[in-house]
Amino acid sequence: MNDTPVAVPTTLVEITLDGEAVRVPKGSTILDACRREGIDTPTLCWAENLTPVNVCRVCVVEVEGSRVLVPSCSRPVEDGMVIATDSERVRTSRRMVYELLASSVEMDRADREVHEWMEHYGARPERMGKRSEIATVAQPVKVQDDLYVRDYERCILCYKCVEACGDDAQQTFAIATAGRGFDAHISTEHDVTLPDSACVYCGNCIGVCPTGALTFKTEHDMRLAGTWDEDIQEVTTTVCSFCGVGCNLELHTQDDRIVKVTSPSDHSVTHGHLCIKGRFGWQQHAHS
Amino acid sequence: MDAVVMWGTNARNAHPIFFHHVIKGIDNGARSWTIDPRRTSTAKFTDSWLGLNVGTDIGLANGVAREIIAAGLTDDEFIRNATTGYEEFVAFVEPWTLEHTAEVTGVPAEAIRDLAHGYATAPTAQICWTLGITEHHTGVDNVQSLCNLALLTGHVGRWGSGLVPLRGQNNVQGGGDMGALPNKLTGFQDVEDDEVRAKFEAAWDCEIPPKNGWNLTQMFEAMERDELKAVYVIGENPADSEADVKHARAMLEKLDMLVVQDVFMTRTAKMADVVLPAALGWAESDGTATNSERRVQRMRAAVPPPGQARQEIGIINDLAALMGDDAWGNPTAEEFWEELRTVSPMHGGMSWERLEAEGGIQWPCPTEDHPGSPFLHGRLWERPVQGRRAPFSCVEDRPPLDVLSEEFPLRLTTVRALDSYNTGVQTSGYSSPIRSGEALQVSVVDAAALGVVAGERVLVSSRRGAIRMTIGIELELAVGLCHTTFHFPELADVNQITSDAVDPKSGTAEFKAAAIRIDRLDEDDRAELDERVGAGA
Repeated sequence: MNDTPVAVPTTLVEITLDGEAVRVPKGSTILDACRREGIDTPTLCWAENLTPVNVCRVCVVEVEGSRVLVPSCSRPVEDGMVIATDSERVRTSRRMVYELLASSVEMDRADREVHEWMEHYGARPERMGKRSEIATVAQPVKVQDDLYVRDYERCILCYKCVEACGDDAQQTFAIATAGRGFDAHISTEHDVTLPDSACVYCGNCIGVCPTGALTFKTEHDMRLAGTWDEDIQEVTTTVCSFCGVGCNLELHTQDDRIVKVTSPSDHSVTHGHLCIKGRFGWQQHAHS
Repeated sequence: MDAVVMWGTNARNAHPIFFHHVIKGIDNGARSWTIDPRRTSTAKFTDSWLGLNVGTDIGLANGVAREIIAAGLTDDEFIRNATTGYEEFVAFVEPWTLEHTAEVTGVPAEAIRDLAHGYATAPTAQICWTLGITEHHTGVDNVQSLCNLALLTGHVGRWGSGLVPLRGQNNVQGGGDMGALPNKLTGFQDVEDDEVRAKFEAAWDCEIPPKNGWNLTQMFEAMERDELKAVYVIGENPADSEADVKHARAMLEKLDMLVVQDVFMTRTAKMADVVLPAALGWAESDGTATNSERRVQRMRAAVPPPGQARQEIGIINDLAALMGDDAWGNPTAEEFWEELRTVSPMHGGMSWERLEAEGGIQWPCPTEDHPGSPFLHGRLWERPVQGRRAPFSCVEDRPPLDVLSEEFPLRLTTVRALDSYNTGVQTSGYSSPIRSGEALQVSVVDAAALGVVAGERVLVSSRRGAIRMTIGIELELAVGLCHTTFHFPELADVNQITSDAVDPKSGTAEFKAAAIRIDRLDEDDRAELDERVGAGA
C-alpha cells in the first residue's frame, strides 16, 4: 500500500520506419519513434510540454494505407505500421508548408532550426511572389505595457501560446484565435489591450513562441538598440526565490547581466512554465 | 490523487506553478474544496468553497472529524495499528455536530458533510495549507486539527495521499534542514539531545550551548527585557514584516548593536550599525535550496554581485576568522555540502555529483544508492508499525485574540497578490501591469454602511495604531471582513495595525486576524485619491 508506483512494464509494438523494422513502446507517437531511432523531424506547433494541436503540418509523414499524410507529433504507432519520413511526397509537403508560412509571415527571428529545415528542403518562399505584392500579415507591433511585446507580423498561428495560456498550463484563457481564413489571428477577448485582458503576465506564451512573435519587452528593446546577441549569451540553471515550490530558472545572461528568464521544459516542477514573479522578478537585479 | 483540500491557501496567487499541478488533478477528476474566508482565485478552480469565519479552522476540522466518525468512514485498521489517543479524540469531538459546527464556522452543514464524506471516501486525498492555517495564535493547533483528519482516514504516508504545507520561500525548508532553528542542529537533530550534540561537537571541534535558543518572537521579548542587546539579521526585514511593527522598530532601535546582511538597503538595514552587502542567493551565489516537497536543488551563480557585495558563505567565513577561528579556511559551497552529508543522515546519500546529475533529490536520502523519498511517514503502514505511533490531538477551537468589539467591529486579514512578494523588497524592481497598489478591500455592505466609495482615503485603526489607506470594494467579500496585502509599506504601513497576538508554540504572529475600525477623513483629506487604485477597483 505504501509503495511508490514503479513504471508500468511497457508493451512494444513493431513498426517499419524508413525500411527498418523497429520495436517501440505502445502509446508512443510516430514522432517519439523517430526521435528514438535518431530520425530528425521538423516541428513548429509541437512542444514537449504542450498537447499536440496538429496545425502546422511540418512534421507530416507517409503511412502505408493512409490516403493523406499524417502528423507524426500526435499519431500513435500501431503494430505493423509502415512509415516513410523522407519520401518525395513528404519532402514536397514540408517544403510547401515552409514556403506558404514564410511568404506571408516574417520568419527572421524564428528558432534557428526553422531556417536549417527550410534550407534542407530547399524552400523558396519568394516563388509565391514579391512581399510587397502579395498578402502578408504585416501589421504594427503591439507594445501595451512594460513586460510584453506582441509582433503578429511574425505569427504563424501555431496555437502554442493559446495552449500555454489555457488548458496545457496556465488556465487563464486570456487569448484565443479570432477571425477566419487569412484574417485568423490571436486575440484577447474583444481585442482589448493586454493590460485590460485576463492576462496575468506569466510569460508562458512567450516561453513557447517559436517565431519571435511574442517577446519580452527587455529583449525587444535590446533588439531595437542592436545590443541583443544570443551568440554571447550564457544560460545558468538555478532555483527561483519567490516561493517554496522550487521552480528551476534558466538565467540567460549577456555581459554579466540577466537578459531573459526561461524554465527547462523537462523539469518535474515547472514543465517549462513560470509565474509573473519568476519570469520578471529578476528585474530587481537591475536595481540592487 | 482523487481529492484535494486547499485549506487556508490561495495557491493560485502565492504558489502558481504548484497550483498548475492541482488543476491537472482536478481536470483528471479529483474532487476539490477550498476552505478560506474569501472566495479566492484558488476557490474559483475547486468544486466547492467553504467560506468559514476567520479563525474557526479548528472548529471546522473537528466538525469534519466528527462527521467522518459518525458516518462510519474511518480507516479502523490504520487507526488501530498506527495511532494513539483515538477513543479520547472521539469523545472530544462529539459535541461538534454538523449543526454546531455550522453555527461556529458560518459554513452550511451540507457543505461540511460533503467535505467530510468526499475526503474520507476518496482512495487518495491530500490537504494543502499555507499561512491561513499557521498565522493564527492557534497555528500549531490548526495544523494538528488537520493531521487528525489524515489519521482518521489513513490519508498519510501513501503515494497520492498526505499533508502538504506549502512553504513561502525557496529555502525556508532548507534553512530549517540546515539547523537555522533555535532548537535544531543540521538535519533536524535536537539541540537538547546530548548524544546529538556530542556528535556535532566532535565533528566541529567546539562546544555547543546545550539549551534551545530563542525564536524570533522570543528574541523581541528578550530585547524588551534588555537581555538581547546585539542582533545579526541575515536576509530578513523585521522592521517591515513583524506584526505590530511600531513595537518591533522600537525594539531594534534600542539595541546596542544591529548588524544587517542583505541584498537590499531595507528599512531594517537603514537602522543598522553595520551593513554587510550580500550577493543575491538565486542569481549570484552557489549553493542549494530545498523546496516544499523536500527536494534539494542546486542554485548557481549566473552573474557577479555588484560593488562590494559578496556571497554569504564568504562573509560568514571571514567573520569566523575575525572571531579567531582559523580552522574554517575558505570552503566552497560544494565543500560545505560534502561536510554536511557527514553529520546529517537524511542528506547522507546526496552527493554534490548526484545533485548535479539528477537535478533534485528529496530527503530522506540516507545512502548513495537511495533514490530519495517522494513522501514521508510510510512507516505508519508497516505492520507492526515502525517507531512511534501518530497521536490524535484534542485541540480546542479558540477564536482570534484580537476580538471584535463595538469600537473595532471589522475583521482584517492580510493576503498576497500574484505579482508581489512579502514586503515588496524583491518585487518593486519590475513594473507589473496587474499591480494596483495597496487598498483596504471591504464588502459592498460595509462600504455602504460606512458611506465610503472606492478610491477614498480613510483612517484605519486597530488597538495598536492607525494608518491612512485607500478603500477598494470587493463584490464577493463577506460582510464584516476586510483584507489587504502588505507589499507596499511605503504606501500603507499595514503591519502597524496587525495583531500582536502570537502562537506561543510556533512564535508566529496572528497576521490573519486583526480587529479594526474604518473612519472617514475630513473632506480635504478625502480628496487625496490614490490614482493607482481608482474608482473602478
